[in-house]
Amino acid sequence: MPGADKEADLTERIEAFLADLKRGGCGTGPIRGSGETARETTALLRKVTAQARWSSAGDLMEIIRKEGRRMTAAQPSETTVGNMVLRVLKIIREEYARSRGSSEETDQQESLHKLQHFVHLKANVIEAINELLTELDGTTDNIAMQALEHIHSNEVIMTVGRSRTVEAFLKDAARKRKFHVIVAECAPFCQGHEMATNLSKASIETTVIADAAIFAVMSRVNKVIIGTQTVLANGGLRAVNGTHTVALAARHHSTPLIVCAPMFKLSPQFPNEEDTFHKFVSPHEVLPFTEGEILSKVNVHCPVFDYVPPELITLFISNIGGNAPSYIYRLMSELYHPEDHDL
Amino acid sequence: MADCGEPDGPGNKDDITRSKNEGKELSKEEKQRLRKQKKQQKKQKERKNEKSETEKEKTPVSLLPPPRPVATQKAPSALPAPASAPIPVPASAPFHSSPAPSPADKPAKSKAELKAERRARQETDRAAKQPGSSSSGIKTKVPLSELNPVVKRLPEHVQVDDPAVVKRLAKKLERQQIPLRSDYGYKVSLFSHLHQYSRKAPLTQQLSIPSTVIHPSIVRLGLQYSQGIVAGSNARSVALLHAFKQVIRDYTTPPNEELSRDLVNKLKPYISFLNQCRPLSASMGNAIKYIKKEISNIPSQCKEEEAKTKLLTCIDRYIEEKIVLAAKAISKYAIEKISDGDVILVYGCSSLVNNILCEAFEKSRKFRVIVVDSRPRLEGREALRRLVQRGISCTYVLISALSYILPEVSKVFLGAHALLANGYVMSRVGTSQIALVARTFNVPVLVCCETYKFCEKVQTDSFVSNELDDPDDLMVTRKGKTQLENWQDVSSLGLLNLVYDVTPPDFVDLVITDLGMIPCTSVPVVLRVKNLDQ
Repeated sequence: MPGADKEADLTERIEAFLADLKRGGCGTGPIRGSGETARETTALLRKVTAQARWSSAGDLMEIIRKEGRRMTAAQPSETTVGNMVLRVLKIIREEYARSRGSSEETDQQESLHKLQHFVHLKANVIEAINELLTELDGTTDNIAMQALEHIHSNEVIMTVGRSRTVEAFLKDAARKRKFHVIVAECAPFCQGHEMATNLSKASIETTVIADAAIFAVMSRVNKVIIGTQTVLANGGLRAVNGTHTVALAARHHSTPLIVCAPMFKLSPQFPNEEDTFHKFVSPHEVLPFTEGEILSKVNVHCPVFDYVPPELITLFISNIGGNAPSYIYRLMSELYHPEDHDL
Repeated sequence: MADCGEPDGPGNKDDITRSKNEGKELSKEEKQRLRKQKKQQKKQKERKNEKSETEKEKTPVSLLPPPRPVATQKAPSALPAPASAPIPVPASAPFHSSPAPSPADKPAKSKAELKAERRARQETDRAAKQPGSSSSGIKTKVPLSELNPVVKRLPEHVQVDDPAVVKRLAKKLERQQIPLRSDYGYKVSLFSHLHQYSRKAPLTQQLSIPSTVIHPSIVRLGLQYSQGIVAGSNARSVALLHAFKQVIRDYTTPPNEELSRDLVNKLKPYISFLNQCRPLSASMGNAIKYIKKEISNIPSQCKEEEAKTKLLTCIDRYIEEKIVLAAKAISKYAIEKISDGDVILVYGCSSLVNNILCEAFEKSRKFRVIVVDSRPRLEGREALRRLVQRGISCTYVLISALSYILPEVSKVFLGAHALLANGYVMSRVGTSQIALVARTFNVPVLVCCETYKFCEKVQTDSFVSNELDDPDDLMVTRKGKTQLENWQDVSSLGLLNLVYDVTPPDFVDLVITDLGMIPCTSVPVVLRVKNLDQ
């Protein structure tokens, strides 16, 4: 039966995606960028919407929630997956409200389970998800377009580790302006090296420094531009380790800290969970097995992420423009529905 | 009536007064005579002024003994530069005239010279009225005794971008027959005033074997420095002193020479050589100053063997007092600060801090240690080995995980390379970062430093005076791929490997020295007390 084939195909794709997630985020640096993860998640959810059997908006949302729970459980630190699920849920609610022509919240809760305007709803939802996909495709370009507003000539800019968004941002500015970039290498993964080679290939004057020299050179830096893994609900960041030090050094020297983060990285989580916030990888990166005997007698930690409080951040640059950290809660209420925050 | 001042020819005076009394108009001749008298009176007044002024000008000339001939013309800063520029010749004229012995020569001066002198004086008065120069004018007229002007020479190793200095150094090394070490690789523009050497090209490769000029133990020491085999402030100083002991043992005074002068001259090329291998640290500089002073204080009647044993005991005593006993005293103070249940954070490998921790552990204090390390030197692993060997429970992280681990920490102990006179702590790069983050988390920061590492330098940032290590150290191979392998080929890519940085005193809560526990800002007090002792 063609239907069964399609279903099998769908489950296969979901399984493949989950397996990839479990492997991909093993901490030696994202093999896939978070942009690609977001796109794949959204494409999968579109498929689920198109192919799964549902009869009402409530059903659809239940199915999406179920799949979303499985996907976030595969790799909890990859928050973009959860964010896309929440976006799709919000899209469903909006489309439903629009098709019904009412905007009252209480009405929605009851009527979601009713069988109404089924066919139009499906088409509308799929169309909205397509719009979301085009938005995701253009995020990096949207952010890079704003580069010239923030970088003047002969500036010294510091960045940490590797972020594709920041790379595109700086390369776009380099087409018209001349400036220097200092890249902190970000041990033990040393992603900064790749960033520096890419930037220098675009003829940007780049210098690689060790993490230990961040405070020493900060006095000559005019701006700090970083990327992040997640933007938390209070405006803080979950970024690669070492970012908190950079933020503190920037505040000490009154240097502005600019975060380039597309909207799909905005997550409704708060940073108060000590156990779930941090992710650790094999301590072999820090103290290799060649050290021998002492390995059994010492504790070695290799955390991947750092928390940066919102007071240290000056500006968020996203695909919808620049915002202060204090505005993040409004953006969140536009993107996600409060009922969906716990999947 | 006696308004003509000086008594002139009485006849003339009578004529004039008579004519005035008579109310007649003064005749032409009488008018000319009057004019002449006035001129002469003016001249005498000028002579008096000149005398007093040239006397004043004489004193600053003698007080500022100019080392260079250029300085003589500039020495009286009573004549500021903007004034002397348009009238260079007359400015030197009162100068050349002032050493002239007798004021009786003065009337022999020509009118032009007098005019020029008058102009010069007007210029000085005008310039003295300007706010800036007036104080300097006054200052130079008072003999300077308390605040000795510090005429410091900038060390060569922070003037690499000045070709004249580089040439001078090359000549000096040629004279001493020491090879000049060449810089390596692309230097980041902010640091173009510092040297950057490669570890793969040690200076010793350019020496002939056997080296006739440099003692073999010094050659070995230089190689150990440049390859990083001997690293750490205390270790370098002790190694240096031991090498000097060997040099003194093998030394024989050549005929017609005095030991006190010749030995110091013998040591100069060794020090240049070691400086080329790796720039001297502050502790090494102080040790060398001490040795030179001891050598020059050897009385000339002293026999050679006696002098040599005296010097050897001096060096042993210096090591014993300033390093070994100081470490014991610092441990004693520091152990008071370690309580049971403490979690102590240390950075890198400081021999002093390791000593303190081991002693505290022996005195049965219960604590655990977190060792923070950083690329590319990874010195923390050595500290980890030493502590684990003693049985102290340790945790190990890299400096990027500092914000994660700091909430667990109760105290931070840091070592220092040198303590500067303005209270800044010069230490391994990364120390300032640790102090900054510790302050944010309200964790006390204690710096442990012996007094022989205190130095007179002042510095506010890590750029003006630093050391650049081999940039190739930053390369790393992960999963078989070295990203920065061909960094030399890419013109816009530079690698920066700093060795030291300075920590501002507001990040440091306490400095533990062998003299006691002092705040960071008391360093110049200790330096002054030490100078008075010596």
